[in-house]
Amino acid sequence: MGINVPAGMRSVASYDEDTATMGVEAARNALLPLEEDTKPTALWFSSSNPPYMDKTNANVIHAALRLDKHTGAYDFGGAEKSGVGALKSALNSTETLLLVQSDVRSGLPSSEDEIYGGDAASAMLIGSEDDGPLIARYLGGASTSEEFIDRWRDPSETHTKSWEERFVVSQYLQLIDSAWKQALATTSLTLEQISTVVISGSNKRVKNQIAKSLEATNVRGDLFESVGIAGAADATLLLTHALETSQSGEIIALIVLSDGIEILIFEAGEIRNQHPATISSQLNSRDEITYQRFLQWKGNLKVQPPNRPAPSRISASAAARESEWKHGFVASKGDESGLVHMPPARVSASPEDQIDAMSSISMANTSGHVVTYTIDRLVYSESPPVVFAVVDFVGGGRMPIEITDVDSDNVSIGMEVIPTFRKVFTADSIHNYFWKVRPKRI
Amino acid sequence: MASNGIKDKVAIISIGCTPFREHWDKSRDDLVIDATKETLGYVSLTTSDIDAYWIGTAQSGMSGLTLSMPLKLEGKPVTRVENFCATGSEALRQACYAVASGAYDIAMAVGVEKVKDSGYQGLNAFPYPTAGTNRTLTAAAMYSLVLPAYAEKYGIDEDELRMVVAKIAEKNHFNGARNPLAQFRREMSAEAICDMAAVAGRLSVFDCAGVADGAAAAIVVPAEKAYSYTDKPLFIKALSFVSGNGSGLMDPEYDYTTFPECAAAANDAYSQAGVSNPREELALAEVHDCFTPTELILMEDLRFSERGEGWRDVLSGDFALDGALPVNTDGGLKSFGHPVGASGIRMHYECWLQLRREAPDDRQIENTSKTLGLVHNLGGYPGEMVSFVSIIGTEKG
Repeated sequence: MGINVPAGMRSVASYDEDTATMGVEAARNALLPLEEDTKPTALWFSSSNPPYMDKTNANVIHAALRLDKHTGAYDFGGAEKSGVGALKSALNSTETLLLVQSDVRSGLPSSEDEIYGGDAASAMLIGSEDDGPLIARYLGGASTSEEFIDRWRDPSETHTKSWEERFVVSQYLQLIDSAWKQALATTSLTLEQISTVVISGSNKRVKNQIAKSLEATNVRGDLFESVGIAGAADATLLLTHALETSQSGEIIALIVLSDGIEILIFEAGEIRNQHPATISSQLNSRDEITYQRFLQWKGNLKVQPPNRPAPSRISASAAARESEWKHGFVASKGDESGLVHMPPARVSASPEDQIDAMSSISMANTSGHVVTYTIDRLVYSESPPVVFAVVDFVGGGRMPIEITDVDSDNVSIGMEVIPTFRKVFTADSIHNYFWKVRPKRI
Repeated sequence: MASNGIKDKVAIISIGCTPFREHWDKSRDDLVIDATKETLGYVSLTTSDIDAYWIGTAQSGMSGLTLSMPLKLEGKPVTRVENFCATGSEALRQACYAVASGAYDIAMAVGVEKVKDSGYQGLNAFPYPTAGTNRTLTAAAMYSLVLPAYAEKYGIDEDELRMVVAKIAEKNHFNGARNPLAQFRREMSAEAICDMAAVAGRLSVFDCAGVADGAAAAIVVPAEKAYSYTDKPLFIKALSFVSGNGSGLMDPEYDYTTFPECAAAANDAYSQAGVSNPREELALAEVHDCFTPTELILMEDLRFSERGEGWRDVLSGDFALDGALPVNTDGGLKSFGHPVGASGIRMHYECWLQLRREAPDDRQIENTSKTLGLVHNLGGYPGEMVSFVSIIGTEKG
């Protein structure tokens, strides 16, 4: 595009991902290692790019995670600061809260937002020691709010605008001293006791200037060159990364530069994230895409779809009836035959079972392998061609299902796949969420 | 399988078929009128002479009005039927049963599809409201799953098998080139088809049925009254239908090398007609070659070939116009085109021409003592389909 390309790589949401589906993926990673009885009392979703306005996006994540009906689900939407805002509110709460923070960046081609931005989601369970051993303990922090024009977006537009950088830098520099002092004071810590400083913010120059001004020698390398700046998810993503790579007892200061300054100080706990899908391991098992495909996925390059009818909007009532299957990937299993039915059925294909003699079986965390597959270049898709496979799941259950996150040249019979929650299409502004499979990487 | 059949109780006395084309200048009503006018004309009847009608259309109209309005029928019962791509056969099947029951003395089945007004490629299912969890794969992609499965099961090189199914398209194009009503009248070599870009699995566009508008119609009467209309009626020997339960999609035992619904429908039809060796006893077969791998599998499911041997028989030319059992002598769906609601009746139309020895000289099958023709018509996908089989013959038993 005639610009200098910065070093490193950026993470990008696939064409069938949005902030809700990425949030589901992150939350599954966060919850999977936990004991059955460790359950959140509410799910808080933060994003500057929610799939819906008015409608609560946390609900679909709640449904995909099959959280208890009495678990609350709320959105903290709009501003990038809503991520750290939810984090701080959760830390000050006595509830056990599942934070899901997710963002998809939408900079114009060649804009700084495109160059520096990355799509990511993070999830963390905030609670007390009563809920189990802590990954980190919150020690305290400081908030500084200040009204000035830094970055803004008209709700009807997809691309963010920003004010001239030198002014913006000056505003943050003006705030950092008092914020920092207050944070140290409330935690009774000295600068020397801070093992690690993590700085989150959407303006790279501001981050660099703040790091310099703090004279802290222990500013941790961020994920700028591997993920990019992840908007409302950036703060918790960087905190997660810091906790995944720190030693027990380390003191970590998270500084978030977003319409003011938020500082949160943590002490790393005795345990690390138990899920194998750490940020580093995910980055190590990445797939790369061309810039053309990137533009296509971001909606900045329209390509001719196959000449087939675009899908019709889904039925709200049908989706509500089928929610367990559609959102939770819950199949049925014949009581006598043990035959797994995907989708769930009332009448078994096996004569051994009586009508309605089926029990539920969750398939969301069950892997499978490709029995046979095909590449469909005719069917409507936002990113053709579609790779479709017949998949046999471990322990029973077979389904013809789309494979996503895969190059059509790299599919093979026997390939191990795992279910993933995706946006199949959007029609009449209604997102059709359902499950696909993707190659098992980690 | 429990069916009594209606062997020799009903006869087809007339059958007609429009050209299958991209009929930009003809409406659905025009096609219906053309097919019925032709069919009535052969036996010098008018619409008022017919007691009851069945109209088969998958997506081009709803209710009996689809037929009664364009034909301006007065006080006639008209039933619209739909059964996926087997819709045309279903209309005929219902008309036959109505006559066999004694409810009517003369009935007409009409099939029509006006596909090309949609502006889209291929055949596209009518979008009824769903939860959005249904599979969205094209039929071509579903049937393309057959090739790797068949190759692996029988130890055949995939490239060789790809050529085998291209030979099926080559044969059907050869036959269609000799059919003035067919959509595609150009011969195509298997090599040229193999060289084309793949659109679904290894299948190219020329492995898929032609997408065309068209209509066809047939008149049926009680067998004993047939000779008062024509000296060469065709007698219904068997009509069978199986609607699958979709278990193939979820059954780990299902391996995509057979269509159990088709095999079951064929066995029922052979039993009704008293056919024990179809390959030897049938003069010809019109089968549902929606995609080239479909015809390969059908050769085995219909028991024309032994399991795993169909590909060899294809290469040997057993199903060619001059083969041991000619299949799709009119070019099949591949070359004749596939107006969904009309295709099932079109298949019977070809049996009519061939068994009465009225096919054009360059595609008339060899004169043998065989008097039976088979029609196989399916709808749906591997693992979840409906299948129709009929057997018709020139002799009343």
